[in-house]
Amino acid sequence: MKRLASLVFAVLALVAMGVAQGALSINGAGATFPYPMYSKWFDEYHKKNTDLQINYQSIGSGGGIKQVTEGTVDFGASDGPMSDEQLKTFQDKHGFPILHFPTVLGADVPTYNISGVSGELNFTPEAIAAIFLHKVTKWNDPLIAGANKGVNLPGSDIVVVHRSDGSGTTYIWTDYLSKVSDEWKNKVGKGTSVNWPMGLGGKGNEGVAGLIKQTPNAFGYVELIYAIQNKMPYGKVKNSSGAFIKADLAGVTAAAASAAKNMPDDFRVSITNSPGKTAYPISSFTWLLIPSKFSEGSKRDALKGFLKWMLTDGQNETEALSYAKLPKEVVAKETKALNNIQ
Amino acid sequence: MASTTTTVPSAGPFTDSRSFISRLRDGDEIARLVTFIFAGSVVLITALLVYELWRESYLPRHKFGFGFFVTSVWDPIFDKFGALPFIYGTLVTAGVALLIAVPLGIGAAIFLAELAPARVSDTLQFFIDLLAAVPSVIYGLLGVFVVIPVMRQYIQPALKSSLGFLPFFQGPAYGVGFLTAGIVLAIMVIPYIISVSREVLISVPRDQREAALALGATRWESTWKVVLPFARTGIMGSIFLALARALGETMAVTMVIGNTPTISASLFSPGYSIAAVIANEFTEATGDLYLQSLIELGLVLFLLTFLLNGLARLLIVVTSQRGSEMGQT
Repeated sequence: MKRLASLVFAVLALVAMGVAQGALSINGAGATFPYPMYSKWFDEYHKKNTDLQINYQSIGSGGGIKQVTEGTVDFGASDGPMSDEQLKTFQDKHGFPILHFPTVLGADVPTYNISGVSGELNFTPEAIAAIFLHKVTKWNDPLIAGANKGVNLPGSDIVVVHRSDGSGTTYIWTDYLSKVSDEWKNKVGKGTSVNWPMGLGGKGNEGVAGLIKQTPNAFGYVELIYAIQNKMPYGKVKNSSGAFIKADLAGVTAAAASAAKNMPDDFRVSITNSPGKTAYPISSFTWLLIPSKFSEGSKRDALKGFLKWMLTDGQNETEALSYAKLPKEVVAKETKALNNIQ
Repeated sequence: MASTTTTVPSAGPFTDSRSFISRLRDGDEIARLVTFIFAGSVVLITALLVYELWRESYLPRHKFGFGFFVTSVWDPIFDKFGALPFIYGTLVTAGVALLIAVPLGIGAAIFLAELAPARVSDTLQFFIDLLAAVPSVIYGLLGVFVVIPVMRQYIQPALKSSLGFLPFFQGPAYGVGFLTAGIVLAIMVIPYIISVSREVLISVPRDQREAALALGATRWESTWKVVLPFARTGIMGSIFLALARALGETMAVTMVIGNTPTISASLFSPGYSIAAVIANEFTEATGDLYLQSLIELGLVLFLLTFLLNGLARLLIVVTSQRGSEMGQT
C-alpha cells in the first residue's frame, strides 16, 4: 500500500512539473551549412523566451525538404530552393503552400593544394567548368595559366574532389556551373547530388577538405566559412563584370543586393553569377521552409515571433560567425511576407 | 509392482498422442513452443525486411527492370540509375580483403592454436577480440590518417614500379581506391577469422594430432594434412562470416574508397560500394525514383549476401562430404 501511494505521488509530481513548465517545443530539420548560425539563434531566442524550445537537426537540405513535406517536423531548412515539383508535392499533400524565408547568405570557394603555390590563384568560370568537365586535366593548362601570369604552375594532373553526399554546397556550385557553362547544364545539371564526370568524392565539407589537404594537386569546393575556419587557401573567381573577387562577407552581400531589387515574391531566387562589380559569383541564400498554415496557433505565433527576431536582432549576430547578413530590401520584403503564415 | 500405464513423454516428436492443449501443460512443450517462436521470428523479420525492400522499390524495378543490374550510370538529375559500379566495387573490395585476410588469419590461428604456448595464445586472443570490438568509424579514421598517406607515398608507387605491367596496378596513385578499401576491410575482418579458426583448431581432438605424429609426420605435416582438413568446415564458416562483414561495411569503406562510381581493372582506381552510396545519399535523396533506386540497391546487396552465403553452404556440404569420404578410407 505504501509503495502504491509513493508511486502515485511520483506520477502526479511528474505530471505537475510538466504542466507547470508549459514549454512549447518546435522541431525543424534541414541544411547543414547554416547549422552553426541556427544553433546560436535558437539558443539566444530560448534565453529570451524560456518557455519556447526550438530544436534543429542538421540532416541535410534534401532531408529537411522531405521531413517537412512528410510532416514529421514543423519547419525545414534548405540551401537550395524547393523545385516546382517539390512545392506541388507539399501542396497536394497538405492543401496549402509552403513558404521560403531567406535567413543568411553563404558562398562556395574553390580550394586547392598545389606544391609550390601558396598564394591565391585566379579562376575564370570557363576554367572551373573545364576542370570539372575533365576537359582541362593539367594545372599548367593555358585556360588556368592565362589568368595567373607569373605563377609557376606545375604540369601535373589535377585531382578533382567533390562531395559524395547530397548537399546544398553542391547545389550552389552546380547552379553556378550550369549558368556559366551550357555544356555543364546539358550534360550534368544542377542539384544536391549530380553525376560528376570525374573526381574523388568526400563526405561532408570535412571529407572534401581532408582529401584536398592530403592529395597533392587537388582541386575542389568547400563552404566559405569552412575554408576560413580551417585556414585553407582559396582562389579568386571572376564575376560577370570581369573582376576577380576573393570570397568574403562584403562580396557575398553585394551579390545579394543586386538580386534584392528584383526579388520574386516567393523568395526562390538564385544569386550565383549575379551582376555587380564587387559581387562574389558563387553565393547563395539559405532558406527556412515554413508551412503557410499551422493547426496549432501557439506554434504559429512562436515561429512568427522567432522570424521577426531573426530579421532584426538575429541579423546582427551573423558576421561573428562569418555568415553574411541579408540586404535591407530582402528584410523588408520578408517582414511583410510574415503575414502569409496563418 | 504392477506396471502402471502412465504415458511418459518421449523424445520423439510424433510419438506423443495427447492433444496439443494437454501437451502444453508440460514444461517441455512450452519450452519447445517458445524457442520455436524465437527462431521463427528471426525468419519472419528477414522475410519482412525483404518484403519492405521489394515493396518500396517498385518504381525503378518497373522503369529499369533487369537493366538496373547492368547499367553503369548513376544520375540523380536526369533520373538514370544503374547498380553495376556499386556491385563491382562491393565485390572487388570484399575480394581484396579476403585475399589478404584469409592467409594471414588462418596462419595466425594455426600459430595460436598449435604452436604458441597457452599463455601467449590466450593473451594474444584477448587483443584480437579487442580488435574485433573497435567501431568501424575508428577503422575509417585509421584509413584516412594512416593508410591513405602510406598507400599514396610508398606502397602504390612501389607496386607500380614492380608490378606495373599488370592491369591491376596501373593508373595514378591517389591513395584512395579499391586497394586501400580492401586493406582496411582486411584489418577489420582478420579478428573474426582468427577467433573462430582458433577455436575450431583447438577443438580438433588430440588423438587426431597424436595419431599423425605417431605415424611419423612432422609438426607441420600433422597440422597441414590432418588438423586443418578436420577443421575445414569451421574455418570456412569463419571465412564466410568475414565475407558477410566485408560486404556490408559502410563507414570505413566510404572514407577510403574515393566515392566515384567507376568500373576499372586497376586496384588504384577510386570506386564505390553499395553500402557507401546508400549511406552517402539516402538522407538527401529527394524524388521518389532516386530514393527507391537507393532502396533497390539495398535489395541488391541483400541478394548478393544471400547468394554468397548460399554458395558457402553448398561449398561446406560438398567438402564435408568429400572430407568424410576421405576420413573413411
